[in-house]
Amino acid sequence: MSNEKKLILIADDDADYLFQLEAMVKNLGFRVKTAESQAEAEKILETVKPDLSIFDLMMEQEDSGFILSYKARRKYPDMPIIIASAATAETGFTFDLYNENDRNWIKADLYLEKGIRSDQLHREINKLLRL
Amino acid sequence: MATLHVLVVDDEPGIRSGINRILCNYTVSYPFMDEDFDFQLIDAGTGEEAIEVLNSQPVDVVLLDNKLPGMDGIEVLDYIKKQNFDVAVMMITSYASLDLAIKATRIGAYNFMPKPFTPQELRASIDNVTKHLFLKRMTRKMQAEGKQIRFQFLSVLSHELKSPINAVEGYLKMMQEKQFGDKVEDYDRMIDRSLTRLKGMRNLIMDLLDLTKMESGKKERKMRDVNLAEIAKLAMDTMEPYAIQRGVSMKLQVSGDPQLLADANEMEIIFNNLISNAVKYNKEGGTVDVCLCNQGPNFEIRVTDTGIGMSQDDCNKIFKDFVRIKNSKTKEITGSGLGLSITKTMVEQYNGTIKVESKPDLGTTFSLSLPRL
Repeated sequence: MSNEKKLILIADDDADYLFQLEAMVKNLGFRVKTAESQAEAEKILETVKPDLSIFDLMMEQEDSGFILSYKARRKYPDMPIIIASAATAETGFTFDLYNENDRNWIKADLYLEKGIRSDQLHREINKLLRL
Repeated sequence: MATLHVLVVDDEPGIRSGINRILCNYTVSYPFMDEDFDFQLIDAGTGEEAIEVLNSQPVDVVLLDNKLPGMDGIEVLDYIKKQNFDVAVMMITSYASLDLAIKATRIGAYNFMPKPFTPQELRASIDNVTKHLFLKRMTRKMQAEGKQIRFQFLSVLSHELKSPINAVEGYLKMMQEKQFGDKVEDYDRMIDRSLTRLKGMRNLIMDLLDLTKMESGKKERKMRDVNLAEIAKLAMDTMEPYAIQRGVSMKLQVSGDPQLLADANEMEIIFNNLISNAVKYNKEGGTVDVCLCNQGPNFEIRVTDTGIGMSQDDCNKIFKDFVRIKNSKTKEITGSGLGLSITKTMVEQYNGTIKVESKPDLGTTFSLSLPRL
């Protein structure tokens, strides 16, 4: 493992949530790049390869997170992706990535509810980065 | 009580009468279903007989043995699928062959029940099938009645309400944990943002109230001669403090009689939405022109701003529920995304029309045309 801090890309169109998550992830000892939209995230991904990405589900489109995951996975097949959203509870739109079927079309490694605690997030990131 | 018709297809009479005994006095109820279901059974000893029944009377559930004397269960299942019958099929089979299971599932079997089965197993399976059927039919009905749209509206609404709560909660936690040190000033920005988000939430709630007023609708509508110039003036006065802060000047121009037969509250909502948008999405030092013209066949209202404008793509979207144009220029502006959809619905209830024209960085004009009743 290199000594350099791992880089995490966070995309969320809620500026406040983005700020908070950025602070949380920086606190955990990672470097962070942020994007406020799917478009901005796509632009960053063109030139930068993060070690891990966290995408909000609903941005410009209600499935922006899925689209981003799909595109990111095509470009960087080995970059772990977390989708974070507050969507399940209210839309009844349930899916999880433990089901083979869903995992096939949702190109993400983990699905997290927003409002996750810092220690939980840390554990999940470490797991995905095999730290 | 609703009755589901269950077709039992099995060549062994003993199995058929057994199933009959188990289900004849059985009812299924769920908290989310309005009524209980009971079951009426129909017998068929062969696949051919089953198809005859399916073609001649209503059937909801088919319990289908695979091993039949003539055509087998899979063939019956295939027929059901081809004819697109609205039934749930449960396969009964003594040989649990994986191959058969895959084949049957692929052509639409809802589930499997191994033979022999206990009464409990049969009832549990029937429970599931009933629930499945109910939900499937309910979904279809909701779609037909447009309730699906309502459901979507509520989903998005709760998302819109939850985001500010999450944001404010997040900031409070950061402050509680003193993540940025002990100085209160270092949290100013977070406090500001929290207040902004709360304000946004309050606006959303106000818009929702407008929406409920509109939905309780026509019967409460009090039609009288309303002076639209006064209402426009009132809306402009309400926005005045904010306009002053932003250096935006507002002007009202009236030609013809400003009276229109309408509901005053609804007209207020329309003007409030249009004028507050014109100020909010304006530039420092911009102008807002409100023109009322009652000279042609319709009452025309025009609200023009010299603001940030938007693309044609954005213009096509903005009348939909919860649509907000998100870009670097609108980042700091709060809004529920409901104002224009409310406005449009209201205008249409008066058989009027609303149009938008806009040029990025130059400004936007909303034109309303309301027929005189």
